[in-house]
Order: sequence, then structure tokens, then C-alpha cells
Amino acid sequence: MWDNIAILTAAPVFNIQLLLDGLFIGATFALAAYGLALVWGVMNVKNLAQGDFVMMGGYIAWWLGTQGIHPLWGLPASIVIMFAFGWAIYVLMIRRVIDKDMFTSLLATFGLAIVLAQALNLMFGPEVQTAESDFPIRSYFDNSVTIADIKVVAFGLCGLLALAVVLFMKNSRMGQAIRATAQDARAARVMGIDTDRVYAFTYALNAAICGAAGALISMIWVIQPFYGISHSIRSFVIVTAAGFGNLPGVIMAGLGLGVMEQYGGFVLGAEYQQATVVALLLGVLVWRQIEMRRHRQVVQ
Amino acid sequence: MEKFNPKLHLPILVFGLAAPFVVPGLTIQVAVLWVMVLFALTWDVMGGQMGYNSLGNIFFFGAGMYICAIVQVAFITDVGAYTASNGGVKIPFTHQEYFMGLICGIIAAAVGSALIAAALGWTVFGLRGPYFAIGTLGIALAAGELMGTWEWVGGGGGISMPVYPGSADGKAYLFYFLCFAAAVATYLFCSWLYSTRFGLAINAIRDDEQKAEAMGVHTLRYKTIAWAVSAFFLGISGALFGNITGFIEPLEVAFPTVTFGIFMVAMSLLGGKGTLWGPVLGAFLFHFLKEFTWTYFLGWQWVALGVLIIVNVVFFQQGIMGWLMEKFPEKFGIVVEKKEAAE
Repeated sequence: MWDNIAILTAAPVFNIQLLLDGLFIGATFALAAYGLALVWGVMNVKNLAQGDFVMMGGYIAWWLGTQGIHPLWGLPASIVIMFAFGWAIYVLMIRRVIDKDMFTSLLATFGLAIVLAQALNLMFGPEVQTAESDFPIRSYFDNSVTIADIKVVAFGLCGLLALAVVLFMKNSRMGQAIRATAQDARAARVMGIDTDRVYAFTYALNAAICGAAGALISMIWVIQPFYGISHSIRSFVIVTAAGFGNLPGVIMAGLGLGVMEQYGGFVLGAEYQQATVVALLLGVLVWRQIEMRRHRQVVQ
Repeated sequence: MEKFNPKLHLPILVFGLAAPFVVPGLTIQVAVLWVMVLFALTWDVMGGQMGYNSLGNIFFFGAGMYICAIVQVAFITDVGAYTASNGGVKIPFTHQEYFMGLICGIIAAAVGSALIAAALGWTVFGLRGPYFAIGTLGIALAAGELMGTWEWVGGGGGISMPVYPGSADGKAYLFYFLCFAAAVATYLFCSWLYSTRFGLAINAIRDDEQKAEAMGVHTLRYKTIAWAVSAFFLGISGALFGNITGFIEPLEVAFPTVTFGIFMVAMSLLGGKGTLWGPVLGAFLFHFLKEFTWTYFLGWQWVALGVLIIVNVVFFQQGIMGWLMEKFPEKFGIVVEKKEAAE
């Protein structure tokens, strides 16, 4: 561990590599987390199948890649497919979960996560996959920093998608309806908004966002049927740290998580990368608790 | 505490005592059934009676398993050297050494798990609702990952447990009856616990934690004790299960979060959470279904499990016992006001 820290201080260029890798991957985390913040904030559904939606999106892009279609075309494909899938899941189960207590949505979506992970495993096998995008890999700083062009492209696409979602939420009729429902579902219903449709759209939009994130992850990183749960936990870490309805917070937390994970994996060893995510989750939860305790004291 | 009811308890007792002799081939399967009953009962202390739905109770199962293994090995030899040999060192235990190690191991596992629960309780019980569920899930996942990197206890390669110094049949009988006794003890303890002031207090926490606190219930203390009770029995079950399989390894055997960890939730929900008999019934039903169908599904059993959870949670939330209570309230001593019912 100390040896690795020594490397970082001796060769600061490594920091740039880790930092950039962290930012590129963190952007996709932020995208998926924004979807979770959306369903959590609007519908009060804690979607533990979040990561498995991401993996589904990834497998759609990867599968198209094996069929000879460039995986970048998998991005719109997985957005469309996942949107329809999310809508179907809403109609089949989420609709019945919304007005139940908090644990119901968590456990129901956990059941969904098991189903999806296993279905992906049975369809595509348990191997770790990467969609080949055939972009060149460039080196900078005298060959000490290597960056695949696809990562830069994916980063840009992440930004564009986030911008599109924000503009949609701000300006479109449906976006306004979603925000109104989030503020007060009952009042929105009185005003003539079909909240059931709004919920369905929100959940489908979340699935589409996850699908997009997954398609990008399949190109710049790896996908595997059972990695869904760690992506779900990442989304929870980010949303818990940032709070919902706080888009800049979600972006910062997402990028920060990506960077911290890269550093954790490098300093402690790759086998600790998974543990770093979970440790961060516990850290964030404990920190929130301390915050809440302080808040309680102020109220008293 | 529940009175001895010959119609209800006697068949189960007879089944438990006679099963290994009637169906010797299935001794281990039935032993696992008792472990499942214990799982469901301990999960329900938290999830059903107290309203704190933990997804990470399996952590204590693994903790107990590892504590017991370490104590058993440390009784005879150096743990680091033993695990480093990857099961290459086979130590011939005498009967006395083995049983002393086993007894101490089980006690250490139970007490150690309960102490870990008490220590963790101070940090996790500020979390409510979904945060608690996710936080505990995180603990169980992290434990599996971290144990996999700890070389002293064998890392990802695991530990082979000390070999039983007798016949294989003898081992099966011994651990069968230990599992049965552990399940019965858990049942009796829960039954007693729910009849005391403690049971009322944790029910009050489930119904409204703020109000309970305002009424003077020291909620954090009750929550921590309830978790420690769960952990105590889970530690015992882990110690026994580790010895039954004979080989422990962090991800699949000791901290199987997505198998046993979810089974315990599914069983309690299926039987009806918040009741004493619900988890037991759910465990029986689930285990029999699983044992009968597991081999014929060819990988789709996990999909079936997920679907079972979804259907159970979304459409049949009260579980079997809850449904029976709604249907035949008079059988459970619940008096329905005739007037109200008529309206």
C-alpha cells in the first residue's frame, strides 16, 4: 500500500492517469445516479434494479457489436429498448408498489434485480465483456498517460445526454408535469395531471438513462451479469451523498466517486475496488447520520 | 410464552427427532431445513417484530462461521500456518480435542457475533427505513470482499475445517441434532421474548418509533439488543453450517448475500412476517419447494426465486399467516367486534 502511494508521489503523472480514468467512468456513474434520483424523488421508489438496468443497456450495445453494428449505435438502441422495458416493468409491478411502505419497493426491485442478473447470465454467459469500438488509443506526456478516444467520446455523450434530460425536464410539458408531481402528487392530480402516466414515464425515462449509461460503460469499461449490484450501490452512494433534486451535487458526487474508486483500486490493490465502493456507502450513510443528529439538536 | 400444544408441537418434534433415522439419505437436507427455520426466525426478530428490514443479517452467519473455524483450528495449531497450507496439513484430532474445540468454537461464534452486532448497532441504527436495508446489505457485501483479502484466515481460498474424528454417519447425526436443537432453542427463545415487555417494546418501535421514544422506550438499546439476539443465534448456525460443509470460503459459503441472505427475507415474507409461526411455516414451505424443484430448473431457479419475491412482496404482502389471520381471526384468539364486522 505504501509502495503504491510512493509511486504516486514520485511520478505525479500517474495521478493524471488515475484522475482522468476516474472522471471518465464517474460521468457514467453520475448519469445512472441521476436516473435513481429522479425515480426516488418523484415516485419515492428506491430502485435496487438500477445497476441491472445499466447492465442490460450494456449488453444491448455489446450484442449489437457482436452482430457487426458499431456499439455507438447501441446507444440509441438501448435508450429506446430500455424505455419500453421500463414502461412495461412499471405497468407490471412498480405501479402496485408506489403507495406501499418504503421497504416494499426496495425488496420488490431487489427481486427484479435477481431476475434480470440471472436472465442476462443465462442469455450471455458469466464472462466479462467489453464492446469493441475500434477507436485509437492515444498517449500523452511522453507515453505515460494513455487514453482511449472512446472514453473522451463517451464523456462528451454523457454530458450531452445529461443536458438533454435537463432541458427536457425544464421546458417540455411532460417535464413540467413530472416536476409538479414530485412537489405534490395530490395537487398535481387535482390540476388534471395524469400522475399514473407521469410515474410510468419517469420510470421508463430512468430505465432509458440507465440503458444509455450501460451502453457507454460497455465501451469504456467492462460488463458482466452480476456487476449490476455494485452499480446499484454506486447510484445509492451518489444519491445519498448528494440528495435528490440536486443535479450539480449528483454530477460532483458521481465524478468524485469515479476518481476515489480509481485511487482506492490503485493504492490498496485491485481486489479492494469493490470494497472501496461499499466502504464509501457506509461512510456516506454514517456521515449523513451525524449531519441529521446535528440537525436534530439545532431543532431542539 | 406459548404453552405446549400437542397438536401443533408434537408432530414437529417427532419429525425432528425421527427424520434422520427414517430417511437417513436426507439427513443433511433436513439439517439445512432447521438452519433455514433458524434464519427465518432470527430475521423476523428484526424485520417482522421491530420493522427494521435488514438485508445483511447473513453477515453474522459468516462471522460465526469464521470465528468458530478459527477457534477450532487455534485449539491445536497456528491458524496462519494452517490456512497457508491450503488444506495440505491434515491434523488427526482426537475425540477430546475435536469436541472441546467445537464446543468452544460454537460458544465463541455465538458470543462473538452478538458482540459484533452490539458494536455495529451504535452506527447503523441511526439509519431508518431503506437506508438501514441498504446499509446492512453494504456491510454483508463488504465483509465478503474483505474476508477474501485477509490472508491469515485463508483469503479467497478459504479454510478446510478440522476433520471429524469418527464415521461420516456419526458426523451427520451429531450436526443434525445440533442444528435441530439450535432451531428449537431459537423458537423457544423468540416465543419467550415476544411474551415479555421486550416484545411489546420492539413492536412499539415497529408501529411508531418517534412515539415509542416519546413514551420513554429507550429505542436504541432495544434495537441493539434485538440485533444482538439475531446475531447470537445466527452465529451458532454459521458455526454448525461451516462444520457440515467442511470447507469455508468467503463469498459462496460464509457470506452468501444473494442466496441465504435473501432466502431468510423471502421465507419470513412468505410465511407472514411479524408472527411467530409465519417464519417457521415459510421456511418449511420454501425449503421443500426449493429442494424439490432446484434440480429441475437448470439455472432458471434464480429467476423463479426473484419472481417469487416480487409476487410475494407486491401481491401477497401479508404472507400465509397474515392471510390466515385475516380469514379466520377467531382461530388466533383475535376477537372481532360483531357490530363493526357487520357494518
